[in-house]
Amino acid sequence: MNPPAPTPDSGPATASAAAGPPPIEVRGLVKRYGDLTAVGGVDLTVRSGDVYGYLGPNGAGKTTSLRMMLGLIRPTAGTVRLFGRDPMESVHALEGVAGFVEAPTFYPYLNARRNLEMLAAYDGGGASGRIDQALETVELTGRQRDRVGGFSHGMRQRLGIAAALLRNPKLLLLDEPATGLDPAGMRDMRVLIRNLADQGMTVLLSSHLLTEVEDVCNRVAIVRSGKIVYEGDIAALKRGASTSYWLQTTDDQRALAVCRAQPGISDVRSEHGRITFTADDSAAGVLSQALIESGALIRAMAPQTVTLEDLFFSYTEGDGPAAEVDPPPPALPAEAAR
Amino acid sequence: MPGVGTVYRWELFKLRHQKRTYLGLGAAVLVPILFVLAIHLRHHHDHGGFAFSDYLDRSGLAVPLVILLFGAVWMFPLITALVAGDIFASEDHNGTLKTILTRSLERWQLFVGKALAASTYAVTAILLCGTVAVVAGSLQSGFNSLQSLSGTIVSAPKGLELVYVSLLIYLIPIAAIVCIGLLLSSVTRNSAAAVVGTLMVSLLIQLIGILPGLTGLQPYLLSTQFNAWQGLLRTPIDWSPIIQAVWVCALYAVPAIGAAFVVFIRRDVAGG
Repeated sequence: MNPPAPTPDSGPATASAAAGPPPIEVRGLVKRYGDLTAVGGVDLTVRSGDVYGYLGPNGAGKTTSLRMMLGLIRPTAGTVRLFGRDPMESVHALEGVAGFVEAPTFYPYLNARRNLEMLAAYDGGGASGRIDQALETVELTGRQRDRVGGFSHGMRQRLGIAAALLRNPKLLLLDEPATGLDPAGMRDMRVLIRNLADQGMTVLLSSHLLTEVEDVCNRVAIVRSGKIVYEGDIAALKRGASTSYWLQTTDDQRALAVCRAQPGISDVRSEHGRITFTADDSAAGVLSQALIESGALIRAMAPQTVTLEDLFFSYTEGDGPAAEVDPPPPALPAEAAR
Repeated sequence: MPGVGTVYRWELFKLRHQKRTYLGLGAAVLVPILFVLAIHLRHHHDHGGFAFSDYLDRSGLAVPLVILLFGAVWMFPLITALVAGDIFASEDHNGTLKTILTRSLERWQLFVGKALAASTYAVTAILLCGTVAVVAGSLQSGFNSLQSLSGTIVSAPKGLELVYVSLLIYLIPIAAIVCIGLLLSSVTRNSAAAVVGTLMVSLLIQLIGILPGLTGLQPYLLSTQFNAWQGLLRTPIDWSPIIQAVWVCALYAVPAIGAAFVVFIRRDVAGG
């Protein structure tokens, strides 16, 4: 997909909005359907310029939260503010806000352009003049006269982005935008979101595709059973997790003893033909020296990269970042050296 | 600034691109043509003894009036319900409610625009049916004078005027049907249920009117108001059934449209 062209009145509100209310501020958001609690007290703040990942397994309440943020569902309790405005009070709260929940939907009996023309008419304020650019951005110019009823899922997703861009948004809420896309489509969607963010657009991206979030987001909230279990920077989330290493030597028995005796080294285990342990960078350096001195020569030693996926599962299935991270399968020394 | 007019124009545009619109309008055109064909193919002139039946062979202007008489049973309620029952439910079916509710229009503006579009379609269907009936009837039986229900002869131009005013009077109960269709469309969120439900409500009201012991209710039934136009065809014009139709239909229409409005304004858009 093509990067969206900046328009004179488009884009970065970062500097100006930074002083004002945050693009999204959610406090104590609850939605109950009878006995079922779909969202159980969500608090989150999306700051200006954020590309904010809203992560959770299916059924965690992500879509319901997004619907409340867009004023489609009335919360049972709590507040949503978009740039300080309540979307349940007036549709004017959605000024500068666009996006879609679940799959973007259109009138199947109208062509893509007619759909956009209608939505632009409903937006007013010069949205009609952005139709061509929006279609070009999502590479649907050549299919604009085709009925949406014949569009593939990926094309509808792209048309959904185009419909959102018509509003010249400062805040974009996207619910699972890459779901159902083929790998190329997913890559294109990530590129598009990055480009939009580069232009200063604040993006809230709901997803269960962890690579997608890890690639494009700077901050993340992890939701579990309708409640936020983590909110913050992805980098801080990763830093907060213990760094573990794996090690292969010429004499694993001796190395095991050295590891257990070494200060700053913990959680030492021998499994899958390798030794694993937890340490910070300096302790790992001292350990390598001690191993050489002991005669257990290092064949390979490498940190086990903590991915967002590891952390996600530790939050959504375990007890948080302290939960155990599964070791990767045994790697060849050459692989570890890369 | 976008407003009710914007919604109204685009709703009409959408209606022009939907099959059900042409199904309804097609029926409104075809029924009078088929009716006139049936008259033409009959070899004797016994049409049955209902209002204006004796005039079917003498004046084409009797054709639209006879169709109004019989169309009230199910044809016009069904044609009306095809769009009124669908106009909100189809948004649920297509999942497009969330698409339009996240633009720059308030819910009430969308509601009013859609209600006006459904009403416009109903008016179009009735007037189209009447016009086709006048033309087809005149081709078959001639554009001749008409005998009123009081027995006086009405000239053809005056008769034509009365036919169109009758069509407008007929729109009063049709408006109530539109409101019931909008309510069911908004509440059921299912197009088929809303269309069939609207028709069933119409039929049920007629059924109540013929049940023994309930004939006292007839003046207050929606089905009775479909005959209010006959007051125009009396000399002098009898306004009482027309005035009654206005307030009786309002008793059906106002609560229905009010409830539809409240449901639409307050509903959670959790699906689609």
